[in-house]
Amino acid sequence: MKHVYTWGAIFAIVFASVVGDVLLAHAMKQVGDVHALVRRSGVWTAVRRILRNQNFVLGVAAMAVAFFSLLFALSWGDVSLVAPAAASLTFIGNAFAARIFLHERVDRRRWIAAALVAAGVALLAG
Amino acid sequence: MTFRKYLVLAGVTVFGAAGDSMLSHGMKQAGNVSLRHLSNLFVALLNPWVAVGILLLLAFFASYMNALSWADLTYVLPATSLGYVLLALVAKFALHEQVSPLRWLGIALISGGVGFVAGGEALTSHGHHESPLLAKDARNGAPRSVPTGVER
Repeated sequence: MKHVYTWGAIFAIVFASVVGDVLLAHAMKQVGDVHALVRRSGVWTAVRRILRNQNFVLGVAAMAVAFFSLLFALSWGDVSLVAPAAASLTFIGNAFAARIFLHERVDRRRWIAAALVAAGVALLAG
Repeated sequence: MTFRKYLVLAGVTVFGAAGDSMLSHGMKQAGNVSLRHLSNLFVALLNPWVAVGILLLLAFFASYMNALSWADLTYVLPATSLGYVLLALVAKFALHEQVSPLRWLGIALISGGVGFVAGGEALTSHGHHESPLLAKDARNGAPRSVPTGVER
């Protein structure tokens, strides 16, 4: 039964973090290059612009869901299973989501990178 | 890629790895959190390891947002995955844990993935290459005409 809980929590983590990552990445692209923004209009203008972005707020909410799912998962399963499994699946999920929703050009180089990292992270669990 | 941008990516890597490991150490001390005993969660927040871990994760988040403002998600994620390698090295040399051959293979794969993505360009989602001033102005010029700072 503990297994089911652990994997359920892992999938909750993966889903919530993919949603969160995509929303946050989209928000930060809307805000624009932070270095240039800070240089031009100061730190507080940049912070205010980020905090007022709707996608940013939603992204943070999704990340909070992922974070609490992680806390639950960690209390049920080993960190050596939960962390790599969740991270590995999140990598693959993010590659698909970034291509579909963010229109990033995920070329062969990036697919290979995502697959290598996901496989490597999964192996670290062993 | 400027030196400053590499520093931001390094910040994402180090803060994330350090924050995660302190948090998991603290949660092991704090004990089980279940839906029936949600109050345990607030006790856990008082644990110093958990508290410092959360602070580090906030630093991680700031650097992560910074990186996402000038690079693709599919660039930032693999580029900062060296944190896992870092965790394994800390386990081996600071905590003197056994690192199995399978784990070394995992480390090699992650490093290979990082090398793969690092050779490519950082930003593709706007259809132009990572070439500096024009791109920056195009992206930052637009929001200035929106007084609320919220686009769409």
